[in-house]
Amino acid sequence: MTDRTDAPRDLIIVGSGPAGYTAALYAARAGITPVMLAGSVTAGGALMNTTDVENFPGFPDGILGPELMESMQKQAEKFGTEVVWDDATVLDLTGPVKTVHTGNGQTYTARAVILATGSAYRELGLEGEKRLSGRGVSWCATCDGFFFRDQEILVVGGGDSAVEEATFLTRFASKVTMVHRRGELRASKIMADRAADDPKIEFAWNSEVTAIHGENRLTGVTLRDTRTGAEREVSATGLFVAIGHVPRTELVVGQIDLDENGYIEVKGRTTLTSVAGVFACGDAVDHTYRQAVTAAGSGCAAALDAQHYLADLPTTLPTTLETIR
Amino acid sequence: MSTPVHATDATYRAEVLESDSPVVIVDFWAPWCGPCRQVAPILDELATQYDGTVKIVKLNTDENPQVTADYGIVSIPTMHFVKGGEIVSTLIGARPKPALVAEIEKALAVT
Repeated sequence: MTDRTDAPRDLIIVGSGPAGYTAALYAARAGITPVMLAGSVTAGGALMNTTDVENFPGFPDGILGPELMESMQKQAEKFGTEVVWDDATVLDLTGPVKTVHTGNGQTYTARAVILATGSAYRELGLEGEKRLSGRGVSWCATCDGFFFRDQEILVVGGGDSAVEEATFLTRFASKVTMVHRRGELRASKIMADRAADDPKIEFAWNSEVTAIHGENRLTGVTLRDTRTGAEREVSATGLFVAIGHVPRTELVVGQIDLDENGYIEVKGRTTLTSVAGVFACGDAVDHTYRQAVTAAGSGCAAALDAQHYLADLPTTLPTTLETIR
Repeated sequence: MSTPVHATDATYRAEVLESDSPVVIVDFWAPWCGPCRQVAPILDELATQYDGTVKIVKLNTDENPQVTADYGIVSIPTMHFVKGGEIVSTLIGARPKPALVAEIEKALAVT
């Protein structure tokens, strides 16, 4: 174990999606040199698993998700952000100096922490889902779609992400069926029209997946009609799940206030959490908009809130862990 | 062999199944796969850290459809931990370094 508790820094940012990088950019430009725990394999956040991002302002021709994240990283680093490719594994947010331990055994301390931990894919919660994950059940069309060339596959969900997955999968699959609980898509009009106009996309309306079949490979699913309750078996080699997200807040359970769905609670329109010196932004807070650009906006707010907090701290703050304990 | 070795459909048998390395990790990857890019530098570090004990073999699924199909790969990255020509465990999806180290130690302990 290496210890890096020399003197606490001003700011640690946990997470490296649009919220985290924007917070880092603003903090760094304000002269608060932040350290960012970017994550080892989750670095860049949700946009790393997308292809064309068409709704981030400033890119009239769209930009690839990973490319956008790389640009954000460069911009944050340009002003002095220290990006660490490691996972925050244990956080102690109490007291005037916060401690973050990492997967590689490092320890970081700071007077303020910004939580930008984002969200993870929501699972169906069905038996066999984990076992068949990566064996026909997938949450990432851009990662796995290629392996379903000329096959018939299912996409579960009715929002923008589900349509995006389905549309992307038509590049490979012979037929994509969107399975949705309701009689119409929840997706934005442009996305819903895109799906409706696609000759390779069909719809299983008013249907939900109630069982997943297969031993070592997915062979099919059971669909239930949400109006009549009638069940039918559908064979499929690929099942792509796009039914939304859950906040990645398990690291802070019991330390700061979360709402009943696990999202971090913030005060009003600020990014202040229930613990002084801890700020939250992005998908870990937002159960409503969940866009790259709203995440970036809230990351900016978190940096400004953290900046004010740090400016108001007494200058005689103890600088070592020993003196405060 | 402190850096990963690239195998093909033609060399897979020799590089993996007939390797005398105590443990071989086969990393099924492709250039367009984001999570593969994220796990790649971790595998590079492990190749150095476990030099002489663990051989890391990368197999590009775009260019090597035969081995990819033989093992029914439908999600990448998929990592096979191979000992004496036998797959002793499989990880699907990118993992942080400590998780890969744990899997290596587990594979090394298999008798």
